[in-house]
Amino acid sequence: MEKGTSRVKRGLAEMLKGGVIMDVVTAEQAKIAEEAGAVAVMALERVPSDIRKMGGVARMADPTKIEEIQAAVSIPVMAKCRIGHFLEARVLEALNVDYIDESEVLTPADNEHHIDKWSFTTPFVCGARNLGEALRRIGEGAAMIRTKGEAGTGNVVEAVTHMRTVTNEIRKLSQLGPEQLMSSARDLGAPFDLVREVHETGRLPVVNFAAGGIATPADAALMMALGVDGVFVGSGIFKSSDPPGYARAIVEATTFWADPEVVAKVSRGLGEAMPGLEIDKIPANEKLAERGW
Amino acid sequence: MPARVGVLSLQGDFREHLKTLAALGADGIEVRTPAQLEGVDALIIPGGESTTIGKLAERFGLMGPLRHRIEAGMPVYGTCAGMILLAREVTDGEQPLLGALDVVVERNAFGRQNESFEEELAIDGLDEPFRAVFIRAPWVAKVGEGVEVLAAVDDHPVLVRQGHILASAFHPELTGDHRLHQMLLDWLVD
Repeated sequence: MEKGTSRVKRGLAEMLKGGVIMDVVTAEQAKIAEEAGAVAVMALERVPSDIRKMGGVARMADPTKIEEIQAAVSIPVMAKCRIGHFLEARVLEALNVDYIDESEVLTPADNEHHIDKWSFTTPFVCGARNLGEALRRIGEGAAMIRTKGEAGTGNVVEAVTHMRTVTNEIRKLSQLGPEQLMSSARDLGAPFDLVREVHETGRLPVVNFAAGGIATPADAALMMALGVDGVFVGSGIFKSSDPPGYARAIVEATTFWADPEVVAKVSRGLGEAMPGLEIDKIPANEKLAERGW
Repeated sequence: MPARVGVLSLQGDFREHLKTLAALGADGIEVRTPAQLEGVDALIIPGGESTTIGKLAERFGLMGPLRHRIEAGMPVYGTCAGMILLAREVTDGEQPLLGALDVVVERNAFGRQNESFEEELAIDGLDEPFRAVFIRAPWVAKVGEGVEVLAAVDDHPVLVRQGHILASAFHPELTGDHRLHQMLLDWLVD
């Protein structure tokens, strides 16, 4: 009986594909998410839009909160730790969370290093804005990637930009000759073996979800159409005027993204989406996606 | 003509099952609607979140047609979430089930993700062991009459067969071992 193997860690992400992972801050919200058809929940102290408003240092959630949420639902429960904060990650592993998100939404704890994720039994998901960043995280042991949008904005533009960047870089890499791979690895700042693997397969070696700024069923369908394996929705559900309605509609639009009639049907009469933010109105030092390297 | 095998594609790792079917020369078809279900000779229910797949199947009118086709003898194979959906009952909580397989299933029976594992599994009827990947896997807590147990871990059944219904708690679609998928295809020829 071998536990914590790459296949087992990456395998859970495979099972989440085509699904929606929802940020929740209470057991009650977790139940709403499960009832709506979420494939997993992310247990948090505050959703990203509130982290943005409150400022200060954002940290791992209180273990009591994570345990309450674990007790409330039967679906996987994920939780966030700060970039580089391997002790928070050890605490989350001890709490038996199903996935650890080493997340730029929290305040980074290490300005130079991410966590050595190979040394954990619990799998990790990490954010990335481009192929090099994704492969560096996978090289450190991440078993799942999420393209970084700008969390807490209700604005999908950054998620789109970063997904398109990853896709374009993979396409370019697929076209190269074998003699070009080493210089490509140097330019991407990525491990050579992973660069060669992407060159051969034409895809990331792990599951890739979209995250950050997804606020409507059509946003979720758009990201699926751009080739992501599933979506994280943060503030988009519990900051909308009708959380159960939005949660359910986003789940249905993620499954039926290729059928605009279904997306239209589930989008009808949903009420107000979460309030949105223009990206260029955010001061540069408050952009979360730029944390991590 | 190649066999037309549907893969329920509401959520989960349906792409891996489609790849496996392609490797075996079968015609894999994504099934999300009752109309798509009508056109298939057999069906695979993939791994994923059983609550999510069940709720979507219910909301989009698939539960009735699925039960009807399975009762009428369509061969079906469920992996992990698929095993749960096929079951008559789960030990805990309420969720939409097809009730076609006379077993009671315990969800997440091995524990949370830290307890997920892989191992070599001996399977009745197969000469070589099977590399079995268990992810937050269920096991069968109670077996009804007419249900054959083909493999077990610590005496807990993890692969069962009842007539034309096959269900595993593990994920052959993740390992490139096609022998259980082949079993389903063989039933179509018989």
